[in-house]
Amino acid sequence: MHSSSIALWYASRATGVVCLVLTTTVVLLGLLVSRQRRLPGLPRFGVVHLHRYLSLLAVGFVSVHILTAVVDSYVSISVAAAIIPFVSSYKPLWLGLGAVSLDLMAALIVTSLVRARIGRKTWRVVHWVAYAAWPVAVVHSIGTGPDLRHGPLLWLSVSSVLAVIAAIAWRVAGSLGSGARLVPELLATHERIEAARR
Amino acid sequence: MSAKPAIRLLVNPIACCGHGVCAELLPELIALDEWGYPLVSDKPVPANLAKQARRTVTDCPALALLLTER
Amino acid sequence: MSTTVDLPRRKLRLLPPPGQPAIDVAEHLARHGPLPYRGGHGLLIDDVQASGLTGRGGAAFPVHRKLTAVHRGHVAAGRPIVVANGAEGEPASAKDKSLLLLAPHLVLDGIQLAAEAVGADDAVLYVGIDKLNLSWLAGLITQRRAAGIDRVPVRLVAAPPRFIAGQESALASRISGKRALPAFTPPRVYQRGVDGRPTLVQNVETLAHLSLIGRYGPSWFRAVGTPDEPGTAICTLRQADGRVDLTEVPLGIPLTSLLDLSQCTAGGSGGSSPLGCTAVLVGGYHGAWLPAGTAAELTLSNADLRSHGASVGACVLAALPADRCGLRETARVARYLALESAGQCGPCRNGLPRIAAGFAELAMVPQGRPDPELIADVRRWAALVERRGACAHPDGTVRFVASALRTFGAEVGSHLRGHCTKPNQRPFLPVSAEPITEKDWW
Repeated sequence: MHSSSIALWYASRATGVVCLVLTTTVVLLGLLVSRQRRLPGLPRFGVVHLHRYLSLLAVGFVSVHILTAVVDSYVSISVAAAIIPFVSSYKPLWLGLGAVSLDLMAALIVTSLVRARIGRKTWRVVHWVAYAAWPVAVVHSIGTGPDLRHGPLLWLSVSSVLAVIAAIAWRVAGSLGSGARLVPELLATHERIEAARR
Repeated sequence: MSAKPAIRLLVNPIACCGHGVCAELLPELIALDEWGYPLVSDKPVPANLAKQARRTVTDCPALALLLTER
Repeated sequence: MSTTVDLPRRKLRLLPPPGQPAIDVAEHLARHGPLPYRGGHGLLIDDVQASGLTGRGGAAFPVHRKLTAVHRGHVAAGRPIVVANGAEGEPASAKDKSLLLLAPHLVLDGIQLAAEAVGADDAVLYVGIDKLNLSWLAGLITQRRAAGIDRVPVRLVAAPPRFIAGQESALASRISGKRALPAFTPPRVYQRGVDGRPTLVQNVETLAHLSLIGRYGPSWFRAVGTPDEPGTAICTLRQADGRVDLTEVPLGIPLTSLLDLSQCTAGGSGGSSPLGCTAVLVGGYHGAWLPAGTAAELTLSNADLRSHGASVGACVLAALPADRCGLRETARVARYLALESAGQCGPCRNGLPRIAAGFAELAMVPQGRPDPELIADVRRWAALVERRGACAHPDGTVRFVASALRTFGAEVGSHLRGHCTKPNQRPFLPVSAEPITEKDWW
């Protein structure tokens, strides 16, 4: 076994962890955008741009993660196995989930790069895929290797999952009571305000 | 010499939910009203702002900002 | 054109003589003759153009232009559809419901002729569920189809009991099976409407006129009315004594022949006789208040009304009794209009409730003195909502409220000083009393 091959294998695992951190952050930022919140010290467009640029950075790290896994000879993983789900000979299920997550991520990234051209409704529907892409990536990370199941990295994975669940719950809570339901409440509020002005 | 048709900014008020990103990115043409919704100039977009206008359209989280050749 | 039927010389054209509803189809055909199909697409449009028929739903848009636009959609391989709009979401209006009750076959004829003109293979009659017995209408349609009178099938679709249910994109959305909520345009419904098809939307009264133009020709239609606004229109008249009249009149007649504007006091200087009236609401709840004295000199025509900030609209006229406060009435209607917002657009959703609440404070005076800043606030909110919604609901509401501030200027002064000169607080203008819930949008 060449030491360079083991180095590549470790690089793949390391970049995998970075991907997890990056994609978790991207998901949290996306939920922040949808609830129109700002990050302290940044303008509103800051959250939007951070969400976009970190997702592109994640693409970079995912590419290295996959490339190093394919190129190293420690474990045999073909390019096809990285893209087509469940065709790998090495850990077909867990790696397959990685391929699923990659494919979903590709849909997210490509549609977002041309979002102004494909129309609002199409972009939105595809972007919902994010709610599938991230959990699948997490399951892939936990299942493929022991790294995330022990020590500090276990805390990392647990806190990532908890953070995303909490953020999704917060997002759902924010979307209750929109549109026409608001109008009667707003009217009642303003009738009280105006009465107080007398 | 052919004149390019004037391009204008337009908001889809149903899609808009008042993120306010547009007003930060294109303050020359977009301001926010007291409720956080965009007040978009109906004058044609000047050539020097065209690129920034296109970026602003792409960056609207709700894809509610449009460029039109009306 | 068939001339085997005498051109009707009686004054009424759409509405049958009182007490003689024209419901029986055989009688209807005997009176007016058979449906004058032209035998091809687009052939009726020239006659419609010559007649100068404009829409009777409120916007007064030239009908031939709509027919042409939808017909083009057919030629470009779309599948057009005709929708007869009988939603009549305006609470103060009763003409569409009455026309369908008294002369439904004129409307159904109009649907067939319009369908032939634009090349449509199917049609929809869109009617408020709270207005008419839909199964009765369905029976008439079945009867006509079975007798071979109707070539194109007509489907009945119920409109929800909302003010904007008749708005053209809300209507198209409802008929497509979704909720009756307005859509962002472009594309307009004549390009992509019901199920994405080119859609002709015409008020039921407009189609009734169309069916008679098809039979008697454009010159007959132009025999009454004005050169720019020919023909008759059905008006809903709310008199100062509380009577509601429905009448069909030629456009261009003086408003004094419609409403009793006698004993009116100019500017509301304290008159309390319930027999007189101080102001007239022209054009319904998206229309405008005019002082009675001004209205007494105007005719029922856009030529006259537009220069006073009003329009014929759907021909709803209401005479405010002299003992009622115009601001109080306006506040009640403004509140209703705010609650009738679809709530889809930020400016409308935020502006209309504030305008309504502010106006209510101004109007409900015996409870204290309103803040004088209120007027400036209402004007500012009004300016913020105009042209910033997907439909014309905020714009119409603003027109209505602004006209009240203009017409009832003297009352505004009294109210700011803490008193109202009008003794009668009983509501006059009708608003829907039903509770508004999300499910009503179906």
